[in-house]
Amino acid sequence: MIEKETTLYLGPQHPGITGNMMIKLKVKGDVVTQAETHVGYLHRAFEKLIEGRNWLQSFTLLCRFCVPEPDPMELTYARAVEQIEGREVPPRAKYIRTIVAELARIQSFLLWYGGQSGSSGLYTLGQWSVGDRNYILDLFEDLTGARIYHMYMWPGGVRRDLPEGWVDKAYKTMDYLEKRLEDYNKLLFDNAIFQKRAQGVGIIPKDKAIEWGVVGAPLRGTGIKHDVRIDEPYEAYADLDFVVPTYEGGDVWARALVRRDEIKQSISIIRQALDKMPGGSYYNRIPNPMKWTVPAGEAWVKTESVRGEIGFYVVSDGSNKPRRVHLKGAAYTHGVSVLEKILPGQNIADVSFILNSLGVCPPEIER
Amino acid sequence: MSIIDLKGILTPMTALKQIGKQPHTINFPDEQKDISPRYRGFHYNDLEQCIGCANCATICMNEAIDMVALAGIEGQAGDSGLRPQIDYGRCCYCALCVDVCPSGSLNMTQDFIKVSPDPFDFLMVPGKDNPDAKDKLSFTADMDTSLNVFDRVPMRELDPEERVKSFAEVFLGYNEEEARIEASRCISCGLCTENCPVHMHIPEYINAIAKADDEAAIKIIYDNNDLPEMCGKVCTRRCEDVCALQVRGEAVAIRWLKRYATERAENADMIAEIVNPEIREPNQYKVGIIGAGPGGLTAAYYLALRGYNVTVYEAHKDPGGMIMYGIPKYRLPYESIQKQVDYMKKVGVKIHFNTVVGKDITFDEIYNNSDAVFVAVGLQDAWNLGIEGEDADGVWSAIDFLGKVNSGEQVDIGKRVVVVGGGDVSIDCSRVSRRLGAEVYQSYRRRIQDMPADLEEIEGAEAEGVHILPQTIPTRVIKDENGKVKGLEYVKAEMISEGGGRPRPKPIEGSETLIECDAVIAAIGQKADYSLLPEHILAKLEMQKNKIVVDENRKTSIPKLFAGGDAVVIGRNDAISAIADGFVATKAIDKMLMGKK
Repeated sequence: MIEKETTLYLGPQHPGITGNMMIKLKVKGDVVTQAETHVGYLHRAFEKLIEGRNWLQSFTLLCRFCVPEPDPMELTYARAVEQIEGREVPPRAKYIRTIVAELARIQSFLLWYGGQSGSSGLYTLGQWSVGDRNYILDLFEDLTGARIYHMYMWPGGVRRDLPEGWVDKAYKTMDYLEKRLEDYNKLLFDNAIFQKRAQGVGIIPKDKAIEWGVVGAPLRGTGIKHDVRIDEPYEAYADLDFVVPTYEGGDVWARALVRRDEIKQSISIIRQALDKMPGGSYYNRIPNPMKWTVPAGEAWVKTESVRGEIGFYVVSDGSNKPRRVHLKGAAYTHGVSVLEKILPGQNIADVSFILNSLGVCPPEIER
Repeated sequence: MSIIDLKGILTPMTALKQIGKQPHTINFPDEQKDISPRYRGFHYNDLEQCIGCANCATICMNEAIDMVALAGIEGQAGDSGLRPQIDYGRCCYCALCVDVCPSGSLNMTQDFIKVSPDPFDFLMVPGKDNPDAKDKLSFTADMDTSLNVFDRVPMRELDPEERVKSFAEVFLGYNEEEARIEASRCISCGLCTENCPVHMHIPEYINAIAKADDEAAIKIIYDNNDLPEMCGKVCTRRCEDVCALQVRGEAVAIRWLKRYATERAENADMIAEIVNPEIREPNQYKVGIIGAGPGGLTAAYYLALRGYNVTVYEAHKDPGGMIMYGIPKYRLPYESIQKQVDYMKKVGVKIHFNTVVGKDITFDEIYNNSDAVFVAVGLQDAWNLGIEGEDADGVWSAIDFLGKVNSGEQVDIGKRVVVVGGGDVSIDCSRVSRRLGAEVYQSYRRRIQDMPADLEEIEGAEAEGVHILPQTIPTRVIKDENGKVKGLEYVKAEMISEGGGRPRPKPIEGSETLIECDAVIAAIGQKADYSLLPEHILAKLEMQKNKIVVDENRKTSIPKLFAGGDAVVIGRNDAISAIADGFVATKAIDKMLMGKK
């Protein structure tokens, strides 16, 4: 046992960190004794910039809060504005939004597959899942015109209706993905290396999870069943059948299993929403965006994003610009506070591995 | 690793099955990717369709869009002449520019690959720099997905059956809610300002209305229009002709919004309180103004604000000129004009009514006692029809007819009237005749779509039961034995296109038709009456086709004599052009006199 304590800087540029942040580690040998997260390398002042833009112009910044999951940001902000304004959303738009939100969940988890397996040295799966993710991005491209930053869900509904043939393409993509998930299982969950690396590592204690503010897959990985889609259903979720998978253990393994099962649930949700897709309008028009004012008021709206519960606090002073927009995201809690608590005692090689399992997104921490 | 984990070691090996499968990737450029029909790639702008409104540049929060002048594209009415140039180092392909493009010229394409070592290659004028992209339009500016609001808030109006019973105002005006909604449609491009003869600050006051600040709107409006309530009711609204939204939808109701704002000030005191104009210290100069029509009143008002001692000479008993005597009261009530003129009097405008220049006071007296004179006498005489029998009893000129009705005199036009003409004045005559209880026919030489009258007015007339007889040319007034009108004979006309001009009516031989009537009203235009001017002035005053020649400052060929209104060669024959004349002359007179110091 080495007694000498060494300081090690992981990041801000590091392949194991999805974005720019730094973890200052105190290590004895290859065991972490203390971890301190440092952020501030990616600050773009989006929340402040939005205050200078009108309600619609804000959307080009919102989707850039977090690269792997732009859609929940759009959706939550749109819902907050709708709540302040009292703007109705047509049923068709609600179903389309649900589909987009679930597609976003799947594509983000496929990206996570790459990060999680890559940080344990298993590179093949990452190539597969990111390749398959492109079929979802194709769906996004057909639907919204863009692959990553969609700018698609905005107050009153969605920007364009479903294009011709899109529903069939979506069904086919879901069928394909469902089959591919079996291949992924063989490469990751049946893999002895991953099992050894993930089980019992990075444990979030069940009795601390709520206190620490853990959300999403990490929370459900401790056995606590919490999901905004079920607890406070929004969009079309109340009409659809799905379960919220939970696993006991609170370790990387449990979190991975939750995500694996959630992809299956998302596929099922998308199929149901496609089956039940109502007709009618997809958009309750807003007035001329240049002069569109939202009545004075405020809203706090929550959504189950890919990484867990997120919320937007939006304040309007009655003008054509938001007075304040604040995001309470999952990444800050997971990446800054929880990470510091669970790293001591872990192996240096597991730091990136644990970071990935928490679904930390540094751009979202800083906004 | 224990033997029990053998499954965990062998199962991942199944990945080897994938060897030999087709990869996800394509072999570019031998293979091309299928690009979505909705892809948001580089822009393409139809340079012909684009009106240079800059709405794309306004919504772009990346400031990626600059409006630039291009060789071969000149600015004109309804087109700034500028076109968007996009910096692809800044563009984030959000396509908000496409969704707010009112003309639908700006679209996105399936092109997204551009390789160049020169950064300036990424500064592109869509449409000019990528003409080939025209065939690859993808994310398009369609009407149903546009963020522009193309439909105007309808104006409430009296029922046609009610209208013809009295001279009550036909249009009821927007209420507050309607005005706010209508004002919020404006995209503030300012094309309207360019086309307005006085260049009113249209986007600014509409913005104030949209923000529920009506007082600010009134203040902005009075900055360069002293008769805005009149304009709000009857302006020929050339602003709306060039509104960016009218390219694909309905123009913003600029006129009705101006009416809404100005009507918030219910009387002259309120106008004075809200506008609260800065009035300069009185100076020693005197300006004489002949004619209290829109031109004369405008010059009087703005000169008074500049400290001049202004006196207006008006032949009639009421102010307003043609807007008082020529425009029917159902369009512009008496009280409305009176209110605006009362306000002008408050800022120091003096008006001598019932003062006929050349009779009650000589022109020379005014000219010699003033440091500058502005003449805005309008067109007082009617053109004759020039047909046989025109001297019959019951043949009216539009100007006499409307003048008498507006003055409250009893006018007997009988049971059936034929109005001749196709302009706004002719429609006024028809609709007034309907209100006097007559059955009305209106004869016009060309087709209805060729009528110079405002479409809204034509539709209003038809709704009130005016029968329009298009492509008819009057040939003879039939008299009875007492010399009274008995009927009008006309020939039908066919439209012939010759050269490049608009189609010309050609009489069809043998198509003579007789329509029995009790009165004929000729509304085919007016000419000026210069009898107020003395011989020695007329001898020196440069004229052209019965109109006074003025330069761009409304200065005539005679020293310190300025002219404006319908009787000058510049501008159209409408109130807003007269106001522009008065406004421009004000500046020129101010410059001339202040320059003396």
